[in-house]
Amino acid sequence: MADETSEQGPVTTLATPIRLDFEFTPGIAQSKFLRGLERGEFLGQRCGTCGKVYVPSRGTCPTDGVLTTEDVLLGNSGTVTTFCVVNVPFAGQSIEIPYICAQILLDGANLSFMGLIQEIPTDQIRMGMRVEAVWVDESELIPSLASVRYFRPNGEPDADYETYKEYL
Amino acid sequence: MADSEVLHAEHRLEYPYSRSTGPIIGAFLTGLRDGRFLGATGTDGKIIVPPTEYDPLTGDDVGELVEVGPGGVIESWAWVSQPLRKHPLQTPFAWALIRLDGADTALLHAVAAPGPDALATGARVTAKFRDADERIGSMADLEAFVLEGGAS
Repeated sequence: MADETSEQGPVTTLATPIRLDFEFTPGIAQSKFLRGLERGEFLGQRCGTCGKVYVPSRGTCPTDGVLTTEDVLLGNSGTVTTFCVVNVPFAGQSIEIPYICAQILLDGANLSFMGLIQEIPTDQIRMGMRVEAVWVDESELIPSLASVRYFRPNGEPDADYETYKEYL
Repeated sequence: MADSEVLHAEHRLEYPYSRSTGPIIGAFLTGLRDGRFLGATGTDGKIIVPPTEYDPLTGDDVGELVEVGPGGVIESWAWVSQPLRKHPLQTPFAWALIRLDGADTALLHAVAAPGPDALATGARVTAKFRDADERIGSMADLEAFVLEGGAS
């Protein structure tokens, strides 16, 4: 009886999707940052002890362990500290390859964050390049980094290595 | 900052894994799709259901696959009064270890019953499979077990 063959052929694979639904809250500090994005602004926070400005701020200074209570409005431009040109396709990719992923140090900030660089051939990206954020249309701004479409060169001369070497 | 300004968002983390079943589990799942249970014969002659790839005593390959069930006996059980979304039944039910007729080990599955008073260790149950066109080769092809000759 066990050697009967099923019409559809034997089962050889089993779909075992793993799914986790949860509610995420970014907390007070990051909510401020995200609300800033909703207005088309980069909002950071300064540590009252060491003076460093974090963006996005986690609400405390990781060096001094104190709450960061002073909000700081940052500029729309920054400096590419490091970058990666993505040439390899992967599942779930939403951007056409090749594209540039860079760490960007916003003017006035002491912490870089990752952003997409566009409007430049991938072989022309370099450390120290000055870039500016390109936002979605005002009507499409949401409390998410998706409000920043990408960064692009802003035409300024490259930043001196000394100005960003602490942030690599 | 007012509490109302703190953001919340629904997140979903999902991975669409697909696993290779191998010949033994594959045969077991193929059996479920056909509406029957297959067990593996161990080196000591005992019938293991659900089948393992290897004999749990010796590590040798298991022997012939044989059909068991679809009736069986509840070995132990726990009543679930508030089913969760991912549970096989959305009305109160029991998780139970069921030793199918002809098997020497027990299978974990849901038992549909009107209430915990209707269940007992040693009670006879039988498998209720989904309709043939709904079966895909999965434990979910088995809708639940129901009390033999009783209301579910």
